[in-house]
Amino acid sequence: MLSRTLRPKAVAFPSQPRGQLRYSFHHRTFARVANIEDLPNEDDKPFSVPISDDSFETYNFDPPPFSLETTKRQLKQLYHDMTMVRRMETVADSLYKDRKIRGFCHLSTGQEAVAVGIEHAITRQDKLITAYRSHGFTLMRGGSVKSIIAELLGRQDGISFGKGGSMHMFCESFFGGNGIVGASVPVGAGIAFAQQYNDWQNVTINLFGDGAANQGQVHEAFNLAKLWSLPVIFGCENNKYGMGTSAERASAMTDYYKRGQYIPGLRVNGMDVLAVLSAVRHGKAYVQAGNGPLLYEYATYRFAGHSMSDPGTAYRSREELKTERENDPISSLRDKLINWDVFTEDQAKEIDRSVRQRIKEEVAEAEKSPEPELKADVLFQDIYVRGSEPNQRRGRTIDETYYSGQEQ
Amino acid sequence: MASPRLFRPAARLLSSRLFTAATRPAFRQTACAPSILRFRGYATESGTKEVTVRDALNEALAEELESNQKTFILGEEVAQYNGAYKVTRGLLDRFGPKRVIDTPITEAGFCGLAVGAALAGLHPICEFMTFNFAMQAIDQIINSAAKTHYMSGGIQPCNITFRGPNGFAAGVAAQHSQDYSAWYGSIPGLKVVAPWSAEDAKGLMKAAIRDPNPVVVLENELLYGQAFPMSEAAQKDDFVLPIGKAKIERPGKDLTIVTLSRCVGQSLNAAAELKQKYGVEAEVINLRSVKPLDVETIIQSLKKTGRLMCVESGFPMFGVSSEILALSMEYGFDYLTAPAVRVTGAEVPTPYAAGLEALSFPQEDTIVGQAAKLLRL
Repeated sequence: MLSRTLRPKAVAFPSQPRGQLRYSFHHRTFARVANIEDLPNEDDKPFSVPISDDSFETYNFDPPPFSLETTKRQLKQLYHDMTMVRRMETVADSLYKDRKIRGFCHLSTGQEAVAVGIEHAITRQDKLITAYRSHGFTLMRGGSVKSIIAELLGRQDGISFGKGGSMHMFCESFFGGNGIVGASVPVGAGIAFAQQYNDWQNVTINLFGDGAANQGQVHEAFNLAKLWSLPVIFGCENNKYGMGTSAERASAMTDYYKRGQYIPGLRVNGMDVLAVLSAVRHGKAYVQAGNGPLLYEYATYRFAGHSMSDPGTAYRSREELKTERENDPISSLRDKLINWDVFTEDQAKEIDRSVRQRIKEEVAEAEKSPEPELKADVLFQDIYVRGSEPNQRRGRTIDETYYSGQEQ
Repeated sequence: MASPRLFRPAARLLSSRLFTAATRPAFRQTACAPSILRFRGYATESGTKEVTVRDALNEALAEELESNQKTFILGEEVAQYNGAYKVTRGLLDRFGPKRVIDTPITEAGFCGLAVGAALAGLHPICEFMTFNFAMQAIDQIINSAAKTHYMSGGIQPCNITFRGPNGFAAGVAAQHSQDYSAWYGSIPGLKVVAPWSAEDAKGLMKAAIRDPNPVVVLENELLYGQAFPMSEAAQKDDFVLPIGKAKIERPGKDLTIVTLSRCVGQSLNAAAELKQKYGVEAEVINLRSVKPLDVETIIQSLKKTGRLMCVESGFPMFGVSSEILALSMEYGFDYLTAPAVRVTGAEVPTPYAAGLEALSFPQEDTIVGQAAKLLRL
């Protein structure tokens, strides 16, 4: 919805700004028609970039600032990171089509700005949990391309040692990758609960999709989080389709950021990484100040199908897809950064090239990783915490029963 | 902060706390006394005391809350109301609202929240008012708690305890009368215990809380008020029972009765009657742990007696007894001198009327009758 309202660059905005947003008008024109005047030469010197004023819609909540303090290094990094996610997903796509990846594989192509924008707004001490479209988040939380691709390939060097697959990747401060739609939302509230219990000054980013937003337990989590003032930013990644069912066909009210009712909400243009970064930075400060939870909606779009078995064309028109692709979060950031003289087109191409090269190398390494050894020790390992395992676990037959500590 | 709480009716049960608080110097020491000691019976010469299962559970919870700051208990009515079945009586007053937490009636929500807290490193104790209500949250118990450690390749543990009364109570009809031992017992990644006596209750509860895996503690409402002798060792705060080890409650040579939870008591009475009526010695094995199952103890006993009977109150099909009978064939077929048999709940949604309810669950005469038939007496 928001993304559709983004207009081509350098076109003056004819519409009247909404009342509460009027003050930001000059930012908007600034963004569209002018370069940044005080652009520093140094990579690490902070300066402000404008954010389009149609990036946010609020619900009982003050909008984030319409300018974002950043550095040239960070802007380039944002571009780099989104390109990494895109490229990694593209490779996963082809590996799947080569039948090297099995089972589920949900790609986040088109939604990169959400994972990347969020990561740049939080620290490694902040926690993040998401649903099943998790590759990009895993990468941003510190998982390596090699470990993610190896996991998808079901190899020993996978981030979960080949036991989790596409939807079940974990690393420090990242709680997955959850395959049951809606179930990760109360779990995320629990992570925030632990932060509050331990008096940690961090927030939990708790993501789910527009499909999950209709699950009862999501609303149970909203209630508990508000009741106990938990430091959590719920985030509905609204890519407009829950599998093949459009948001309009699934939700009685599709303003997901308002569906917390008693929780302040914000709809963010999830196709603009700068808007996401600004919104989450703003939200984090709000939550850390002890104001209780927030409900964000990242309005985004999935260019790929729901999963690999879905071409993504039966339930949406080619025209829609084409229009959405014009709002590609990566190319629009690239255009902006070139416009602002943050980098040149050649430098952008150099980033693209280095990303390609790095992914290629890491994927090659992942493909070299062996499959998990086919022995009981590996099969039965880590069902329970080591040292607390039951003495025996039954295999397919009585002869395959595994006795703890046995070497096979 | 404490004063308004004193006027609540439930808190008046703890009047001793008011009295002692002023005179004793350390709050913790005084507070640990009331809920347990007042309800304990008199000491016997050997140092054994009569303790109800409820108080044993309460003692276990209090000791673990005391010794581990990462532990907290949450659930419906656990705090101000003092527990729907008073198992958490006095814990709020002693440990405060940060660690003893009333939740709304929102099983999937608070259970998921507890699992999240466990993933983030805390050691929650998640109480379900009864396990019938945990069906609303069973996805969180199984998919979020039990499987995460394996799915993460061992990097993401989940130290959580799920507890509450399981199985049928008196006159509560079908929706409140189900036994979930077999459900949870079938899930890799979970451990499941089902205490019978006060010692079981305390030792297994403490073991469950300390275990780094998700553990389901299936208590029984009908046992809460029942008193059992508790040894001196079990009264100490370091008393822990191993999960996965059964207990031979009554040794015998003619018949092995494998049973759990409330049926242990019924089986012991039945065994006494078998002895009195027929002069046979039945060995009664209290499973204590449904998962892992102590196969060795069962098979050792079977080797000795040659006959096996399971007694449980769950639905008959695909149940705990079915599993034990299957195991007896796999590991003990050559020792069996007669086909193993089972006494279970009937395959019926529990009826309300008392007579029909009694027909739905093993009674002592059902056990005696079935044993006599097995032994061809």
